[in-house]
Amino acid sequence: MDPECSQLLPALCAVLADPRQPVADDTCLEKLLDWFKTITKAGSSLLLLQENPCLVELLCHVLKPQDLSSRVLSFSLRLAGVFAAQEDCFQYLQQGELLPRLFGEPGPLGGAAWTAPSVRSGWIQGLRSLAQHPSALHFLADCGAVDTIFSLQGDSSLFVASAAGQLLVHILGLSMQGLAEGHPSLQAGDWPVCAQKIVGHIEESLHSTAVPQITQALNVLTTTFGHCHDPWTQVLWVRLSPLVGSLLEKDPVPAAHSLVDLLLSVARSPGLSSSSCGLWETLAQTLNHLSPTQAGPLALGILKLQDCPQVLRAQAFVILLQPLACVLKATGQDPGPSDVLDSATGDSLTVDALLSSKAACVGLLCRTLAHLELLQPLPQRPCPWPQEPLLGAAVTLLQLCRGSASPASDVGRHLCALLLGCVRVQRAALDFLGTLSQETGPQELVTEVFAVLLEYLRSPDSSPTVLKKAFQATFRWLLSSPKTPGCCDLEPHALLVLRELLPVLQKRLCSPCWEVRDSGLEFLTQMTRHWGGQAGFRHALLASEVPKLTEQLLRDPESYVRASAVTVMGQLSSQGLHVTPVSPEHPGGQQKSLLVELLHILSTDSEGFPRRAVMQVFTQWLRDHHADVAGDTEQFMARVLQVASQDLDWEVRAQGLELALVFLEQTLGQFHSHCPYAVTPPVAAPAGPLAQALQPLCRVRLFEFAFRALFDCDRPVAQKSCDLLLFLRAKTASSSGSLQESRSGPDVASVEAALQRWQAGDQGQPLGDLEPEVVLAVLRSVDLEGLRGALAEGSDHMEKSPQSLLQDMLATVGVLGENEADCY
Amino acid sequence: MLDCGLDMTSTLNFLPLPLVQSPRLSNLPGWSLKDGNAFLDKELKECSGHVFVDSVPEFCLPETELIDLSTVDVILISNYHCMMALPYITEHTGFTGTVYATEPTVQIGRLLMEELVNFIERVPKAQSASLWKNKDIQRLLPSPLKDAVEVSTWRRCYTMQEVNSALSKIQLVGYSQKIELFGAVQVTPLSSGYALGSSNWIIQSHYEKVSYVSGSSLLTTHPQPMDQASLKNSDVLILTGLTQIPTANPDGMVGEFCSNLALTVRNGGNVLVPCYPSGVIYDLLECLYQYIDSAGLSNIPFYFISPVANSSLEFSQIFAEWLCHNKQTKVYLPEPPFPHAELIQTNKLKHYPSLHGDFSSDFRQPCVVFTGHPSLRFGDVVHFMELWGKSSLNTVIFTEPDFSYLEALAPYQPLAMKCIYCPIDTRLNFIQVSKLLKEVQPLHVVCPEQYTQPPPAQSHRMDLMIDCQPPAMSYRRAEVLALPFKRRYEKIEIMPELADALVPMEIKPGISLATVSAVLHTKDNKHILQPPPRPTQPTGGKKRKRASDDIPDCKVLKPLLSGSIPVEQFVQTLEKHGFSDIKVEDTAKGHIVLLQEAETLIQIEEDSTHIICDNDEMLRVRLRDLVLKFLQKF
Repeated sequence: MDPECSQLLPALCAVLADPRQPVADDTCLEKLLDWFKTITKAGSSLLLLQENPCLVELLCHVLKPQDLSSRVLSFSLRLAGVFAAQEDCFQYLQQGELLPRLFGEPGPLGGAAWTAPSVRSGWIQGLRSLAQHPSALHFLADCGAVDTIFSLQGDSSLFVASAAGQLLVHILGLSMQGLAEGHPSLQAGDWPVCAQKIVGHIEESLHSTAVPQITQALNVLTTTFGHCHDPWTQVLWVRLSPLVGSLLEKDPVPAAHSLVDLLLSVARSPGLSSSSCGLWETLAQTLNHLSPTQAGPLALGILKLQDCPQVLRAQAFVILLQPLACVLKATGQDPGPSDVLDSATGDSLTVDALLSSKAACVGLLCRTLAHLELLQPLPQRPCPWPQEPLLGAAVTLLQLCRGSASPASDVGRHLCALLLGCVRVQRAALDFLGTLSQETGPQELVTEVFAVLLEYLRSPDSSPTVLKKAFQATFRWLLSSPKTPGCCDLEPHALLVLRELLPVLQKRLCSPCWEVRDSGLEFLTQMTRHWGGQAGFRHALLASEVPKLTEQLLRDPESYVRASAVTVMGQLSSQGLHVTPVSPEHPGGQQKSLLVELLHILSTDSEGFPRRAVMQVFTQWLRDHHADVAGDTEQFMARVLQVASQDLDWEVRAQGLELALVFLEQTLGQFHSHCPYAVTPPVAAPAGPLAQALQPLCRVRLFEFAFRALFDCDRPVAQKSCDLLLFLRAKTASSSGSLQESRSGPDVASVEAALQRWQAGDQGQPLGDLEPEVVLAVLRSVDLEGLRGALAEGSDHMEKSPQSLLQDMLATVGVLGENEADCY
Repeated sequence: MLDCGLDMTSTLNFLPLPLVQSPRLSNLPGWSLKDGNAFLDKELKECSGHVFVDSVPEFCLPETELIDLSTVDVILISNYHCMMALPYITEHTGFTGTVYATEPTVQIGRLLMEELVNFIERVPKAQSASLWKNKDIQRLLPSPLKDAVEVSTWRRCYTMQEVNSALSKIQLVGYSQKIELFGAVQVTPLSSGYALGSSNWIIQSHYEKVSYVSGSSLLTTHPQPMDQASLKNSDVLILTGLTQIPTANPDGMVGEFCSNLALTVRNGGNVLVPCYPSGVIYDLLECLYQYIDSAGLSNIPFYFISPVANSSLEFSQIFAEWLCHNKQTKVYLPEPPFPHAELIQTNKLKHYPSLHGDFSSDFRQPCVVFTGHPSLRFGDVVHFMELWGKSSLNTVIFTEPDFSYLEALAPYQPLAMKCIYCPIDTRLNFIQVSKLLKEVQPLHVVCPEQYTQPPPAQSHRMDLMIDCQPPAMSYRRAEVLALPFKRRYEKIEIMPELADALVPMEIKPGISLATVSAVLHTKDNKHILQPPPRPTQPTGGKKRKRASDDIPDCKVLKPLLSGSIPVEQFVQTLEKHGFSDIKVEDTAKGHIVLLQEAETLIQIEEDSTHIICDNDEMLRVRLRDLVLKFLQKF
């Protein structure tokens, strides 16, 4: 520990022990504890206590009957635990009987302070830290802590209850550590007393009729099997599995969720040989006994297991598919040739669960769809994958939600009434449908998919979120439609869909709801990105009103929509899809007008999003050598950098640096390295003499922009500028010989002086025209590396030191003497 | 009579009435029978496979055969759409009763009628077709003419004079105002939330309550919200006037309306909105007010053309007390409650009584035109359909749900203009009905049969029907339904002086009784207990009164008895008084005490005591007095 801290510590301990002093807030105590943990991890706790007796005094002091805040008490308990984690320190504290007084009967346990959850939590966490060595086990046994932990499992505070469960797992693991080396005995009598006690408690809980107790026991076991894979865990499972199995005989199965968690935890545990301990049988049995809602997560878990008997997997898959099979059956559809779905039909339990209430129906279907969506991309997903019936089920669900399905059976009609207009199921089904686009299906089914998607996109009742998902799913299905070999264009059927889609998109772009307009634009962006260069797509798009409407949305009242419109327009223009009728006054000036319009947005838009989008479009245009930009790049750059430098939004300024970097790269020549910030010597030298190469950068005032950004009040901008200048310096280093640097000329001095003023916060004065020589000189004179290092530090690096923490805590209570003058 | 709406769908069978001569319509071919017989070709014209009557449009009147409307005492009107048949009833059936409606209902109803009369009268048509109505001929006609019902009762539109006369019979009422109907029942209008001044009605006696819920809305639009609380505790709730398009959500439809409008106008096309001059148009204008700037439509003119356009827009602003809370508060700012005032001020919305006159000089395209009539058979809308129908740039957007848009468009086919169907019906849908019924909990629900089963075209949609417990009682046309309650009690008032004279006696804690002698006076279904007249003192020597003037005999009042007779004590008392040889027998209803010696029998039952003895009045009186000792008198 620093001497400075050592000096401050007694005062702090005195403050903490004084009930009249206002206690510093929780975060300070947490930081203090973290600091002690760091110290004890690095060195001896015993030494620490001996060198700082005030700490032990604090621990002793909190035990005195007084009105101490629960925060300090909780902190002290945890602190004692941290110290006692080292055995010698534990012994040291034991000598003073401090630990039994803190954690045993005479301590806060049972006192008035115990009613505060933070104290109970501190007690548990203290013990959790302390329980690291065999001595600790004896201590726990002696002070009867384990029984208290048992009771805390049912604590009213969830944090305390959960921590109590985890502490039990930890103690069990610790007490079994000694046995772990040798082969564990099945005989309970051979296990350590403490372990026996815990296992006995678990057994008792599993026998109980009270569900909370069963849940606690199952949770402890789940954590045990999840964290500890020693051989003894297998013995434990063999011993407890009959009890766990007996839970299945109860109706309804108690604590089903916890049971599922436990079984999956056991199945995933590498320490257990699943086949030998009857786990597969238990899993199969559980699948049969749980309600459809409870069985879903178990089925998914089983299917995700790496090695698992095929029969069990098949059973799990049937369970998982049951709700969808019911939907297909209820709407009079053939589940298809797949055996899996065929065997999944007709489960009356699932039908009952589906029809019992709207909430149950929606919940079960959404969970099923989410589970299948998770399963679909996994390599271990069931094979064959019933793509066709699943597609059918997703389409049917979407139709049921719209009321457009016409089920023949009573169950179907009931389902229809339950699902009608249900946005949750619509969203889940659309997501799932999108996932299913990874594989295709028979053409007639794909036609149905597009039909239902178009139905949703057209429907006036589709909510904005549903529409967004419908757009996403449509895009995914368009992407997945089979391609003609050797051609990236949309296949004829997809083109037909597109022709139907564009009028819908047109209408959506005029929606009064901005979210819908925005989703429409995002969809258009995605489509243009993929098929913007393809003849079929281009033809269909240009024949529609979509480009014109999009341009009008540049003036939308909603900033998000304007931003999306900027992105789309930038892309349409890049692809040559932005065509407006040429007016006689500006022949050939139409493309320019978009540039002017975007510049207008950049300089005048009151919101940041559209301005950021404009900067991104400009950067992309520069990269792509867009015709408008390529015509007079320097003028373009000068104008954009000038506007961007004055922007109040740091992201716009940062994007300006990105643009500057692209320009820099293009001006100084292409490099092999794709990482713009990699400081590697250039492989190819700049195109001409360095001064000549730097001239354009000077003309567009790139340096003024970059230097100004270097001292930007927003750190990311300064960092980016620093990187850019370092990059430039590295680029020019190799060819510096060719340029006469004016190291100490008057220009350099004045620039350096200006930079210093900028750094001090006075950014009013411009740099004026800079010569390349001056720039290079300044580049070398500024300590860019140092600046980068400073910027890399967190903004609170000065305040993060332990000394500062201690000072802060003392300052808040006025011990440092700053605020005591006015006391009478 | 509850409401008197007019079925205007009959007009769909007629050719449109163009404002200016339409060569297309006048050159339509006449229709001839399959055998080539063309005797109907003057009356019926064919257009794109549909047959239309070339005559002044006619309307289908309310049922008059089942009930003699001259016997109707009262008509309760729910909203201005439900009174369009009023002139037919008040002027032509011998009706002498009273019509009750709220003020906005009457004023806007008048506007609707005025518009209707104006639309039809301003293009007089010489021809009146009647041949086709002959039953033998009608069955030879193609559908839908063949299937039209009661065509013989169809009538031409009424005149303005009839409208004025009909409206003069209306008595204005305010929400929650209690109106006595002949002392028999009280009727009260309540806000129904559907339109300006729209009402539900409560019809109640002292012990029974019937609610009539028609054309109600739970959505937040311009009218005062629906008063649900007052509908509670109804014995019967008559439910009608639900949304005609239960599958169309008004919010979605308004969005659709705006999107299509913007799309058309941005592409340089015109938008035609066939509508009524009041109602949804206020909400549409309000939505557009918020939408046009954001959609960049600020420069697009909006025209509202109707003979009553000005009055409708002005009226809406003055009925502040009938508006929703938000709009009411604006009045105190003071601001006009509807934003269409601002649209008019800024020249974005212009209104004209008709196409002729100022409109033709102001007319600028592309534009949006709101005009009537939604049936597309008369009114200025006919002209716009003819004018804009040929271009696919233009769009007609149907927002009124009363007419099938396909049928409305039939005489304009082939049509190049785009047609969008956005029916906006804010009335209750089935989900809202089920919420309402759960909230209000009437003992019985009575509704048209159509509401108790899913629509025939969507038989799987179990959600599109009323679902309540006990199941709703349904009725169909011309069916007589007995409402499921019996009137058991009447309330009787007691005059204060009579009440003063009462001397209640507490017979049980909390229960007091008093005997009343009074005259029950019943008049106009009101019952009043008045003090009996004092017996007149005999005034000797005066002329004898006529028998008819005699007041009822005021006999000496015997006290009323109450209590029960404890048999054992009674027997002991008898023995004390010298009776011997007493035997007691238990019977099903009480006891029989036998005085064998006296050959007398006393039958004691819960509510009667009989003393049976042979002609020994002395004995009977003695025994009676003994019995009376055990009873309380008052």
